[in-house]
Amino acid sequence: MADSASNDAFVEFDRVQKSYDGETLVVKDLNLSLPRGEFLTMLGPSGSGKTTCLMMLAGFETATHGDIRLGGTSINNIPPHKRGIGMVFQNYALFPHMTIAENLSFPLEVRKMGKSVREEKIKRALDMVEMGAFGGRRPAQLSGGQQQRIALARALVFEPELVLMDEPLGALDKQLREKMQFEITNLAHNLGITTVYVTHDQTEALTMSDRVAVFDDGRIQQLDPPDTLYENPQNSFVAQFIGENNTLEGVVKEINNGIAIVELDDGELIDCKPVHESVKPGARTRVSIRPERVEYNKDRIQEGAHTLKAEVKEFIYMGDIFRTRLSVAGNDEFVIKTRNAPDVERLTPGQQIEIGWLPDDCRALDA
Amino acid sequence: MTDATSQSGPVLAADGTPLKKSLARALRLQKTRALMLIAPLLVFVMVSFIFPIAKMLFKSVENEIVVETLPLTVAELQNWNAESGALPDEALYAAFVADMVVAIDAKRHTRLGTRLNYEHTGMSSLFRKSGRKIKKLDPAADGPFKEKLIDIDKKWGDVTTWAVIKTHSVKITNGYFLNAIDMQRTPEGAQAQPEDKRILIKLFQRTLFMSLMITVSCILLGYPVAWLLANLPARTANILMILVLLPFWTSLLVRTSAWKVMLQQQGVINEVLVWIGLVADDARLVMINNQFGTIVAMTHILLPFMILPMYSVMQTIQPTYLRAAKSMGATNWTAFWRVYFPLSVPGIGAGSILVFILAIGYYITPEIVGGTKGVFISNRIAYHISSSLNWGLAAALGTILLGVVLLLYWCYDKIVGIDNVKLG
Amino acid sequence: MKTKLTALAVTTALVAPAAMAQEMTIVSWGGAYSKSQLKAYHEPYSAKSGVTIINDDSSAEAVAKLRAMNEAGNVTWDVVDVVAADAIRLCDEGLAMEIDADTQLAAAPDGTSASEDFGDLLVSDCFIPQIVYSTTFGYRTDLVGDTAPSTICDVFDTEAYPGKRALEKRPINNMEWALLCDGVAKGDVYDVLATPEGQDKALAKLGTIKDDVIWWSAGADTPQLLADGEVVMGSTYNGRLFAVIEEQKQPVAMLWDAQVFDLDGWIIPAGLSDERKAQALDYIMFATDTQRLADQAKYISYGPARASSAPLVGKHAELGIDMAPHMPTDPNNAQNTFLYNYEFWADYRDDIDAKFQAWLAK
Repeated sequence: MADSASNDAFVEFDRVQKSYDGETLVVKDLNLSLPRGEFLTMLGPSGSGKTTCLMMLAGFETATHGDIRLGGTSINNIPPHKRGIGMVFQNYALFPHMTIAENLSFPLEVRKMGKSVREEKIKRALDMVEMGAFGGRRPAQLSGGQQQRIALARALVFEPELVLMDEPLGALDKQLREKMQFEITNLAHNLGITTVYVTHDQTEALTMSDRVAVFDDGRIQQLDPPDTLYENPQNSFVAQFIGENNTLEGVVKEINNGIAIVELDDGELIDCKPVHESVKPGARTRVSIRPERVEYNKDRIQEGAHTLKAEVKEFIYMGDIFRTRLSVAGNDEFVIKTRNAPDVERLTPGQQIEIGWLPDDCRALDA
Repeated sequence: MTDATSQSGPVLAADGTPLKKSLARALRLQKTRALMLIAPLLVFVMVSFIFPIAKMLFKSVENEIVVETLPLTVAELQNWNAESGALPDEALYAAFVADMVVAIDAKRHTRLGTRLNYEHTGMSSLFRKSGRKIKKLDPAADGPFKEKLIDIDKKWGDVTTWAVIKTHSVKITNGYFLNAIDMQRTPEGAQAQPEDKRILIKLFQRTLFMSLMITVSCILLGYPVAWLLANLPARTANILMILVLLPFWTSLLVRTSAWKVMLQQQGVINEVLVWIGLVADDARLVMINNQFGTIVAMTHILLPFMILPMYSVMQTIQPTYLRAAKSMGATNWTAFWRVYFPLSVPGIGAGSILVFILAIGYYITPEIVGGTKGVFISNRIAYHISSSLNWGLAAALGTILLGVVLLLYWCYDKIVGIDNVKLG
Repeated sequence: MKTKLTALAVTTALVAPAAMAQEMTIVSWGGAYSKSQLKAYHEPYSAKSGVTIINDDSSAEAVAKLRAMNEAGNVTWDVVDVVAADAIRLCDEGLAMEIDADTQLAAAPDGTSASEDFGDLLVSDCFIPQIVYSTTFGYRTDLVGDTAPSTICDVFDTEAYPGKRALEKRPINNMEWALLCDGVAKGDVYDVLATPEGQDKALAKLGTIKDDVIWWSAGADTPQLLADGEVVMGSTYNGRLFAVIEEQKQPVAMLWDAQVFDLDGWIIPAGLSDERKAQALDYIMFATDTQRLADQAKYISYGPARASSAPLVGKHAELGIDMAPHMPTDPNNAQNTFLYNYEFWADYRDDIDAKFQAWLAK
């Protein structure tokens, strides 16, 4: 895919490696390309290499090996201030000794723009984030959310083609965060800016992005649009990391017509969809099932579903859904989510039930 | 809340008392408790610091010794006019002998002689020598005294002697302050000192100038070091920090003497320069016993006081500010000058105030390496405290120095703002 | 129990000096000089009386400190070693107690009274002289060419003796030397110096070598400057030069010409309790007797202040050399001498010092 897309790719990482100490690689063989206007999120646990990638793109870290290209030209030897990339930092990095207007004026001044042009652009940028009245204040006089908007306005005021955001919403409370997520994606799409966004919050990644690159151990584990990522995780790390997930372990008995028969550790045989390349007869595997794809109401279990006995451990009423913890095939942490509807039976702990799922929703991944 | 603000009268607390009053009551308890907590320190500072300093400063105007030693004489002197050019009459001489006999008995006359000798050379021996003879006189029986005194020492027949006593007989005098600014108190009022004795104003100016130079060189040398300290990895920074603090652990005299060994004409630096051939053997550089040597040695001594506040301020400047600036298109220099430097100014301010105030009061180092051109006003203060015992003049000089420091502090506050100073 | 004991110990420690007076604090200059006093006076006195002697090297600030102690009403020193000029000042200020030489000091072994034995050196009623020292010049034998300097005026001759000189950063002695070398007769020096014209004359003479002078303020400066070769000649105390020449074996020699004699000795602070006063007097009586003064010259090259001590001066305790020729009072050294004019300088010090400092800063 990288090769075919490379002609219209705006940002490209080509076999990029990074090591700080000369012994271990923090980023291992990274290949990635973004078309113009895409909103790409780098998602991963801390230490997975996502921030390092962002910093290499911004120019604050140099790649140990490989090429980073912007608009087709290699930027490996271009200093950060010549790259023309807007950036939003985790702690906003608003200059405390300048007013909001001065903060926004800074990138325009270093570009030697005239006063009237600057004022116009500052006004437009502030209006864009609905902070028009705050130009004269200092950053310390603003709330976290307001500072966040100013940081965004500052990164956009000089009209860069590419904006990098390093966990910009990490310090905000949940409600504000959700609101800002929406605003940022809107802005990015309306202005048609290419955005690389780094976060460790998978909800944020799924809601905001065109595509998400899931990082772990210095590699991209999967690069896909949010729905694909959620529905079709390619390996057990992605399955675990994105959304809630139930895991059962076992050994592949055989594979027939695209259906793998897996013998679980307690002897139970189930049908699954073989996803990972390591799924071969005789190999150990981890089976992944999303909680909302499991049914226990007899009439809702679909035709062709695989059924299994289970014991209810816990039943939690959560308003829109019921969350039930079960003991399934020796796994006491098996969780299912059921939408609250009048016809759904409410369970009690200790109750023996039968659950079922479609073989397509049961994905055999790497062990 | 809308209810409360829409009321026309004062806001009331639940029990009906005005809210402001009950708030004040609640706060009073807190304030009292806070005061109690600092009370021991407050008492300690008052007793051990403020009171002695106030007492010392008071010496700059205090001049009771003349009236206390010669009460009758001083009273008689009021009737005598120095400008007339005529000697006082017998009544004054009699009063003087009566005073002196009492003073000699209490051994106070020589002390008065020392005091008056600061103003008029010769008074010290006049009182000491005359004392031995006046001792033998009986104020009741041996009069008249005018001729006898002039016989004992002809200076008692000199109008100037009496004029000096009269001029300095006030209890609270401005004499010391006048002396401190190269003037003197005379029967005709305040007058400038003769030109060949004017030194103190020059020393004040020099002290301020040198302290400023030292502060500036501390900023120039200390800033990069503080920056390194704040930006190096912790382990390396700790080693560097030890190097910065090292001067604190060596005696001041050792450090100053080490500079002597480095800078003197047969010293290390000159030897090296001659050896390299940069400097001819008969034209070795004079780097010590002058202003240069003083600035070098004092900069070295005071450098940690500049580096530490700078360091603690720089530590709080997040590296993301610089990255943000660069991401917006600023070069390294612009990012430093427009973003990092302004944020580090409070550290420079704190360090400068510390260094400047310490420098202004230094005297050991200028004494050792200052030669004739690197002497500070503090050296004169030390001289008057420990050698000439003219504590009044020393106190006046000290008070002026204190005033200058406060004035500069005030200017700093006006220009930079004192809340813009951070020690950490 | 243990706490009680500690508390008791602390209380005892606090009240002990007043209660027992088995300790006394003696203030002196420190260094080799204090060591000579320790050997010659303190150790034998402690052995004899059982009194513990606490040394305090504060003589340089003694006058100011005594005044401060006196104002605070708490004098903690028992005996203080000061130069004669300071002793006179302290006496004038009422900070030192008057001591009667004949009744409170030991007579000479042959029965001569103490006042006669000390003679003219009893320059103040409060002061018991101990040593005669002199301020004189030393020069680098290897840096002065073929003819070594022989008179004080060679100091002012920068053509014959190029190079830096070290002079003390105060007018005393320098002004006298300058006038002597400006043609003023020795007997007239102080009369001339008492006039403003005379003071200008002396400063003008000093002005001829001003650029070649390194001004010192501590006695150790000149020996160091000589040893480093920073100066070709310099004034300092003769004992310091003795150490440079005989102990450190530096290429330095003495120029005794126009050396200025000065005295150093004891005072007892005014305001001591009767008990401490008696103790201090007892010490003074012992430490200033003929033998003790002669003993001190075994350790340092300063002349004993009693006439009767001179014949008893022996060899240096460690170097084993005969000390008599190194005494400033030795006839060979004392061919042309000055005695510090205490009276004159007590009157003129403040005035001339102000002028001198103004001149220096010019």
